[in-house]
Amino acid sequence: MAETELGKVDPETGLKPMVINLGPQHPSTHGVLRVRLALDGEQIRGCEPVIGYLHTGIEKNCEDLTFNQAITLTDRMDYLSPITNNFGYVLAVENLLGVEVPKRCQYIRVLFAELSRIASHLVWLGTSAMDMGAMSPFFYCLQQRELILDLIESAAGTRMNPSYFRVGGLLNDLPPNFVERLKKFLDGFPAWIKEYDRLLAQNPIWLERLKGTGVITLEQALDYGWTGPALRASGIDRDLRKWNPYSSYEEFEFDVPTAKEGDVYARYTMRMREMEESLKIIRQAMDNLPEGNWHVDNWKIYPPNKADIGRNMEALIYHFKLFTEGIRVPAGETYAAVEGPKGEIGFYIVSDGSGKPYRVRVRGPSFYNLQALPVLVQDRMLADVVAAIGSIDIVLGEVDR
Amino acid sequence: MATVIIILVKGLVLAILLLSVFGIMTLTERKVLGRFQFRPGPNRVGPGGSLQFVADGLKLLLKEEIIPTGADRFVYLIAPLISLVAALFAFAVIPWGPPLHIFGQTVPMEIGGPNVGILFLFAITSLGVYGLILAGWSSHNKYSLLGGLRSTAQIISYELAMGLSVTGVLIAAGSADLNNIVSAQRNLWFVGPQIVGFVIYVICMVAETNRAPFDLPEAENELVAGYHTEYSGMKWAMFMMAEYINMITVSSLATTLFLGGWHGPWLPPEIWFVIKIALFMFFFIWLRATLPRLRYDRLMAFGWKVLLPVALLNTLATAVWVAIAR
Repeated sequence: MAETELGKVDPETGLKPMVINLGPQHPSTHGVLRVRLALDGEQIRGCEPVIGYLHTGIEKNCEDLTFNQAITLTDRMDYLSPITNNFGYVLAVENLLGVEVPKRCQYIRVLFAELSRIASHLVWLGTSAMDMGAMSPFFYCLQQRELILDLIESAAGTRMNPSYFRVGGLLNDLPPNFVERLKKFLDGFPAWIKEYDRLLAQNPIWLERLKGTGVITLEQALDYGWTGPALRASGIDRDLRKWNPYSSYEEFEFDVPTAKEGDVYARYTMRMREMEESLKIIRQAMDNLPEGNWHVDNWKIYPPNKADIGRNMEALIYHFKLFTEGIRVPAGETYAAVEGPKGEIGFYIVSDGSGKPYRVRVRGPSFYNLQALPVLVQDRMLADVVAAIGSIDIVLGEVDR
Repeated sequence: MATVIIILVKGLVLAILLLSVFGIMTLTERKVLGRFQFRPGPNRVGPGGSLQFVADGLKLLLKEEIIPTGADRFVYLIAPLISLVAALFAFAVIPWGPPLHIFGQTVPMEIGGPNVGILFLFAITSLGVYGLILAGWSSHNKYSLLGGLRSTAQIISYELAMGLSVTGVLIAAGSADLNNIVSAQRNLWFVGPQIVGFVIYVICMVAETNRAPFDLPEAENELVAGYHTEYSGMKWAMFMMAEYINMITVSSLATTLFLGGWHGPWLPPEIWFVIKIALFMFFFIWLRATLPRLRYDRLMAFGWKVLLPVALLNTLATAVWVAIAR
């Protein structure tokens, strides 16, 4: 394909650019991304992201698992914010089933989605600061992310791949002391956002590196299918939580920050402000958490609890059917999307009426955002490539699926 | 004969001292960085991790020597040596204490003290960059090449400003002999009257030693490891030694020129000298923990458009002031 195009001789100067492979093993390509760059000195004359090094066949594998089992695979796509993937997937399956989960479950889902948004942004902040050569913010960020992972662990039992959301509900209700622990985190974290800003946004070198780097216009961003904070940094407030509310997001009060510049610095501020907004949402979800059931009361969808299985013949049968055949999802197709930390993560699911999906197709935001990399770095310096890759916040697990 | 022996002994002592300080510095840096970042740092080898640098050294000694295919073998092998030798050499002219009177001999506390000591020092440190350039060029690796190019650009942008920043001191002291410069600061350290020169020198000294935020030639996140990407084992360690010894050298030069050298109350002069250097070393680590990296073109622009004119003005102002005072 276009591989030969990059290193071709410039007809005007008669010079051949140096073609260099950034990756697939490279300290700052955030996974196994390979970027072919044509360099004239340190200036980028051509750029070509090459993907596929982390292809896991997740979409195809989903066809072999029951609807609930496939959730564990969605964890492994955007592994920095697995809960968001769970969220999109279970919403899609619930769409097909035509059920709506109880309010308490919706609120808990919102709470965890926002927590994992913060966790994901923290990793982005730490790694992109590391890409610029600032090492300490990485540790400061991961330390706070650790607290979030602890919270997730207390509810789901696992830190990295929680699979906490299930079709028709959750794995568990919130553990008993969860709210107190969450409060502790919420009280401590705002000071840290200020600290990150003090370390980076008030640092002239940081501003120098970020401002005016990796600019993309709104039109280009839309053409490339950008979503999420990266798109909002170019000047449109497209946020699915506002534009197409799901899971009771319409009941929460929060702002969607936008910027006009479309450069790396704008994307940086977007995510920093988003963390603050997420904190607001978490607070509201915590304060207004409704009492009641946290899963649908339908044994055809959500398994009966253990105590019932011992006492109730019917419960035992449903339990057995659910875990051998899976949930019987009516034939049809649907698309459900949520606003993930990186953008719109959508699931298109086709069911043929059996216990396993016929086809699962994922719209991973990283894939679309990554496509615009050549636009961001054309005629810039080599160091800006690293800044640009960091600013679009990709996770290769989600790009390749 | 006695002079030759004294010089040899001094040379040996200094070389051993510098190399062991290098080891301790790597450990200190990792420990202090760890403190900056909420982690303990190395703490497994020896009490509190204190033998970590010994383990590191042994590991590097036992590493397989790898020479990449397509590398220019001779240049590839000699490049780290150039860096290390230049780094060790440069320290020879720095006086680390007042002359010592022993066995009827007056022993100056430097190995050789030409009356243009500072010029010698600059000449030698400039040679050190050849190691970087040749390493980048001979490794047969595009990342190394870019690292080598960057180090060249960096040196020509900063060497000039650095040289000019110390001219003020030379004019004020009226000598280029480092011993005389130290003596001239008996009552007043030059950091006061030459504060502009001091600030420029400190910036340039960080750039000169390729340390954060000017660590472009080895920018990990852009160039993998820059000029030493293809180096392993002791050859890599030599580059590291050169870097750390250069740090010590530029720090001690800063001490000599601006902070009164070994002058200081109560404590013995050598201790004062070490304390002042240690302060600079901490400053290096502090910078590394805090600052992001500059971009290549901005770094050059900063060197040429800001540091150089300011250093020139400072030199002029000092000259005028000295002329009037006389």
